[in-house]
Formats: sequence, structure tokens, C-alpha cells
Amino acid sequence: MRNSIAMTQFTPGAAALGGLMIGGAAVLLMLVLGRIAGITGILIGALPTQGGDWPWRAAFLAGMIVAPLLYTAATGSAPAFEATSGLPMLIASGFIVGIGVVLGSGCTSGHGVCGLARFSIRSLVAVPVFMVTAIATVFVARHVIGG
Amino acid sequence: MARTIAGFLIGILFGLGVTLAGMINPAKVQNFFDVFDLYGRFDPSLALVIAAALAVTIPGYRLALGRGRPVLDDRFHLPNTSTIDNRLIAGAAVFGIGWGLSGYCPGGVIPALGLGRMEPVVFTLALLVGIAVAYAWQRRAASGGRTA
Repeated sequence: MRNSIAMTQFTPGAAALGGLMIGGAAVLLMLVLGRIAGITGILIGALPTQGGDWPWRAAFLAGMIVAPLLYTAATGSAPAFEATSGLPMLIASGFIVGIGVVLGSGCTSGHGVCGLARFSIRSLVAVPVFMVTAIATVFVARHVIGG
Repeated sequence: MARTIAGFLIGILFGLGVTLAGMINPAKVQNFFDVFDLYGRFDPSLALVIAAALAVTIPGYRLALGRGRPVLDDRFHLPNTSTIDNRLIAGAAVFGIGWGLSGYCPGGVIPALGLGRMEPVVFTLALLVGIAVAYAWQRRAASGGRTA
């Protein structure tokens, strides 16, 4: 992470519109399929080995993957993406996130968008915990180790 | 088939939201966490993303769950545990560390797979390995294994 730190602009309009769309999708998923829009749960349940109700989940993930292509087609430019991590960090971080989302029963979308909206006590605990450790991790990586 | 099509279309909307919000970009996510930065890299966009999403989901869930059942299922599937245990807190803490290290979370990295770059693929493979390992641990713990 220390090798390249990109500046990003505060984009309040796009952030708010994107958030409204994420929230709208979460409500539609509940209204139509009766499911929480937690990407961790959808990802795990999309594996056919889990048996049962995987096709809608696989289709949901496929829709997510298609989305940036539609964005590019509609706006004429690809969405901003700045790689900040080398391969070892990507692998370590992916593995750690995988452990965390299983033990913690969810990620940003499941706890942060859906759980908080249901006033789930578990999400009300989980969200501040992962926000604080993420802030602490970036602080240590950038300002203690990196700098 | 209707359920699969619904899943696909709602997935597109969700992914477009993540893309437009900038959560597809790991640098933007990490800059949100950099609240103590003195060089102006802190980017508060993500707070607005979550606030806007909640502004829809809080009333929207109330309306949706007020119906007897979903349109294409016979019941709502909601987690019904309300126990705060060490597993939840440790898991959330570990997730936050991993999220901070790279700026990727599952909801951000799945749309990023559509960019045709290598980094999101590598992260996603490692994520799946982490998930599999955590499940194996849990099964072992549940069956009374003492190997840890």
C-alpha cells in the first residue's frame, strides 16, 4: 500500500446517487425475493455445492459484474480504479476478509446497508467495529509503517 | 426463471450503484478510512453512500416487510439471531483489517471483476479461500475437534 497512494476527489453527488441505487436494489431484493442484499451471503450461497437456491444468486453476481460495462457504455469512460496493493497484499487481504465475513456473518452491504436498516443489534455492533479496525489499519499502514 | 431474471436485474442496479458511488475503486475506499491524514487524502464520499442507501432501505424495508410475503417467494428470509458474541466481534474486527489493507470488500470487488483487470480476480480467489478455510474451522469446532 505504501508504494502508491492515489488522491481521490470527494464526489458527493455520485456518492449519494450510487447510495440511493444500492439502497433501492436492497429494497427490491427484499420485496421481490425476500432476501437480504448481503454480498457475502449471496456469494457463499451462489456456490452450487451449497445446494438449493443458487441460480438467483449467481444471476445477481453476474448482474453486478456486468454493471461497470453498462456504466462504461453509458458514460463513454470506464469507472475510476486505482490499484493500491501489490499481489502479496491482495492475497493476504482477500484471505483475511474471507475469514472475517464468515465469522462476523456479513460485510459492508449485509451489516451496513441491510442490517442497520432493520436495526439489527448484531449489525449495530458489527458496523462500528469494522469501521474502527479499517481506520486503524489504514492509519498504521500509511502513517506508522508507510509514511 | 422469473427469480433468476429478477436476481440479474437487481444485481445490475446494485452493481451500478457501487460503480457510480466509487466503491469499486479501492483507492477511494482506503482514502475514506484515512481520517487522520494531514495531506488532504481523506475522502468522505463513502459516508454519503451508506447514508443515502439507508435513507432508502430504512423506509423501504418497512414497506416491503409490511407485505405478507415477497412477490416471488413464500416468505421473507431474515436472520433471526440477536446474540452479540465474541465470534461476531472478532469476525467484524478481522473483516475491517482486511478491508483496510486493500480497500476491497465483497460488494466492491464483484463489480470490479467486470473491469477486466487482474487485481480483483486475485482478491476474489483469496476471498473464496478464506471463506472455505473459515467454514472448515467452524465445522471442526462444531464437531468438537481439538486440533486448534
